[in-house]
Amino acid sequence: MAEPLVEAPLLEARGLIKRFGGIVATDNLSLAVEPGEIHAVIGPNGAGKTTLIAQLSGELRSDAGTIRFAGEDVTDLPVYDRSRRGLARSFQITSVFRAFTALENVALALQAHDSHSFRFWKDASRDPALVEPARRMLEQVGLGARAEIAAAELAHGEQRQLEIAMALATGPRMLLLDEPMAGMGRDEAVRMTAFLRTLKQSETILLIEHDMDVVFALADRITVLVYGRAIASGTPAEIRVNQEVRQAYLGEDEHA
Amino acid sequence: MISSLDRSRIFVLLLLAALALLPIVATIGGEEFYIGQFRRILIFAIAAISLDLILGYGGMVSLGHAAFLGAGAYVVAILVHHASEETRFLGFIPGTFEPLIAWPAAMLVSAALAFFIGLVSLRTSGVYFIMITLAFAQMVYYVFVSWRAYGGDDGLRFRGGDTLAGFIDLGNDVVFYYVVFAVLLGVLYLGQRLVKSRFGRVIEGCRENERRMRALGFPTYRYKLTAFTLAGAVAGLAGALFATQESYISPSIMHWTRSGDLIIMVILGGMGTLYGPLVGAVVFMLMEKFLPDYTQHWQIVFGPILVLIVLFARRGVFGWLLPARPGGGGHG
Repeated sequence: MAEPLVEAPLLEARGLIKRFGGIVATDNLSLAVEPGEIHAVIGPNGAGKTTLIAQLSGELRSDAGTIRFAGEDVTDLPVYDRSRRGLARSFQITSVFRAFTALENVALALQAHDSHSFRFWKDASRDPALVEPARRMLEQVGLGARAEIAAAELAHGEQRQLEIAMALATGPRMLLLDEPMAGMGRDEAVRMTAFLRTLKQSETILLIEHDMDVVFALADRITVLVYGRAIASGTPAEIRVNQEVRQAYLGEDEHA
Repeated sequence: MISSLDRSRIFVLLLLAALALLPIVATIGGEEFYIGQFRRILIFAIAAISLDLILGYGGMVSLGHAAFLGAGAYVVAILVHHASEETRFLGFIPGTFEPLIAWPAAMLVSAALAFFIGLVSLRTSGVYFIMITLAFAQMVYYVFVSWRAYGGDDGLRFRGGDTLAGFIDLGNDVVFYYVVFAVLLGVLYLGQRLVKSRFGRVIEGCRENERRMRALGFPTYRYKLTAFTLAGAVAGLAGALFATQESYISPSIMHWTRSGDLIIMVILGGMGTLYGPLVGAVVFMLMEKFLPDYTQHWQIVFGPILVLIVLFARRGVFGWLLPARPGGGGHG
């Protein structure tokens, strides 16, 4: 069967390996994320999902393998360089700047991608180039009314939204979302799912998520990780019927 | 009701007004002794403010800040020494009596020293950073202790170097006081601009969550190194003023306990507030001066006061007047 010509993957990891002492956290893992898709990575606890995100974002150096992003080899680039090229991430544990207001948080994220910050004179809190888009961004994620509230005083779900607003503010070509629903209540999770669905129209996303309902509702493709190895990769429908996946992972989960 | 922001503003204005009037009041009251005393306090306040930039705003707990203070002081001392001996430093750099040359030179040398110490130290964080800055400062200390040409641990006494721009007589207690006061105001103003600027935001962001800053795309190391270097330069300026004031300099200026004193001033006054360290320097140095009059075991009194302040006014004396900032814990 003739395959239609597809664009090159936006993010492509090949043969990634990461060892911590004797433990192989990422074991010869390959993964490709196509532009415009939501690619979910699932796997039982300890499968190496967060390690993978850390390798892709550049926090962890891989022992072997290559990572290409937007056609460039980024394997040896530091975190901030990958971020500047458009690879943004959110954190599993909310890590907004707690003493800053929601607006200041987003303004700081915008500032990161607005040339350099060796600017010592002008008051950043009155800089329309930062404040105006920051406000718009907060409106977009539904935090418009909370702009002046310190991040520490936002509800947990709001902090998660802020976290994503900050990732978006960097004008990314791709988002790495590490369990965006972690610790959320049912209602908050439903709202976040709806929000991610709207994001899907404009962003390419690599999503790590525990909540199977969310993953199967959102993902275009799913990669299943077990002990640092990708045991399967395919559409939700394919993953649902994959025997190996059922044995290794979904078997223990009533949802599936 | 007066909001806490206005309260802190009024407090700052009152404090600065009091400092501006001090020489006049002291002269009228016949207590000229206080002019020199407070000039010394203002000089250390400048050093403490420079430390606040990296400690309070940047979260970099440097236990080596006195090295930059001392380097700046030695630059002035050595330049004046060579000028009066009509010799050259290292055989080719001529000395000078002119503070307008010597002070900027002190800032440059301290900035360069801070740059190289920062280059290595800022690769680490937490306790390692504290220890490595301490280690570097001790190295600098021992260089001067053993540098016989400039007095070694006996120190170096020099004459001259107290006429600014050819006509301002720094030998006059009151004139020099106002020169130092003007420098302090300048440092406060520039510091205020700096911490509110984009650069200041980045530095504060690094204190709050450096990992997140990198994920946002900030090459944090460069920004921290720049802040560290700037702070070193300002500390060097304070050292230069100190040398000019004392006409004598010894390695004790950069003893590690001096770095500790500066940290205490910052914490006592309020980290991350700029004006706090000024308050801290005033309170610290007055206590250091006058508590011994009451008891020779004054440190037994001083210690618990510090502990109480850290426990109950976590943002220091000045921070206590400021509106509470949530989430940031001790500072913000």
